[in-house]
Amino acid sequence: MIRSDILRELAPTIKGTLTVMNIGLPSQEMHMIDDQPSNFYMLGTMGLASSIGLGLALAQKEKVLVVDGDGSVLTNLGTLPTIANNVADNYVLLIIDNGSYGSTGDQPTYAGGKTKLEEVAKACGCENVVTCKAEDTVQAVKDALAGDKMTIIVAKCESGNIKVPVITMDPVVIRHRFMETIKERNA
Amino acid sequence: MDINDKIIDAYVRNKVEFITTVPCKQLGGVIEKAEAHPDIYHIPSNKEDEGMGLCAGAFMGGKRSSIIMQNTAIGVTINTLVTLTQYYRMPLPMLISYRGELGEPVACQAEMAVHTKALLAQLNIPTYHFHKQADAEEFDKILQYTFMCNKPVAILTDASFWGGY
Repeated sequence: MIRSDILRELAPTIKGTLTVMNIGLPSQEMHMIDDQPSNFYMLGTMGLASSIGLGLALAQKEKVLVVDGDGSVLTNLGTLPTIANNVADNYVLLIIDNGSYGSTGDQPTYAGGKTKLEEVAKACGCENVVTCKAEDTVQAVKDALAGDKMTIIVAKCESGNIKVPVITMDPVVIRHRFMETIKERNA
Repeated sequence: MDINDKIIDAYVRNKVEFITTVPCKQLGGVIEKAEAHPDIYHIPSNKEDEGMGLCAGAFMGGKRSSIIMQNTAIGVTINTLVTLTQYYRMPLPMLISYRGELGEPVACQAEMAVHTKALLAQLNIPTYHFHKQADAEEFDKILQYTFMCNKPVAILTDASFWGGY
């Protein structure tokens, strides 16, 4: 399974969940598979999906799912200590770990080498870290969203991409409809 | 009233409830007050771009946010300011220690100081410079302005403002 297979399987489960999608292909794929106003698509700023999601989780009560990648987490590795030390039990970070920078042509990341992000997360102090195979991702996300504990999921999959169109929606529109959804949920 | 208290008071008056910080020697006092204030969630960041991500999320979650950092961070955060904060039109007051100005003992700090205002101008970021403590009277209005216009806004605070090193 590659990342787009996981997202396709995951889409019905996370429909309506406040979801921050990682930059590049993950955002584009989710936008194509099942665009929802509850999805925040990152159009730039590699690495910050987990931080945006954490800020959102700390600021309001609804569950927040971040769909991130190994490359982006490595770009912003300082995020893991911040997550560990600011526990938000409405926060689920799904790291789809395909061992490559998918959006830029599948160059290998260090997560595909010696570095194990699940071990890094634990060493940073994250208390609830789940590692799963690609095909078990949906169940892991379901369990995490049903629970009341901050969870980091590292889902291992193969590298590879499908052809997807870029997102042409205006960033202010993406942000506005996302904020309106957040307001409704917290009303 | 202590200058750090004045700054924190203005934050609270303007309902800024989420503050992230990357420390600077000059900002030690205000960071301590942010940490201690019951109406402020203080979340230290490991890097300033990470902090801007946290602020973006908090803002979308309905909490006004701010970052407190050193001017060297302008060099770190240009991409984030442009592709996140400005592109999605989010307000972000940035309280910045302006190192490398008069009274600076560390020569290397002058290297970023000479680029600070030019970079902020290039990014079209409204920029205010606090040189004397009385300048902080405007902080309240600057916060109002930031949340009115949904832009990142820089408040540079130099060594003379903080009373030297």
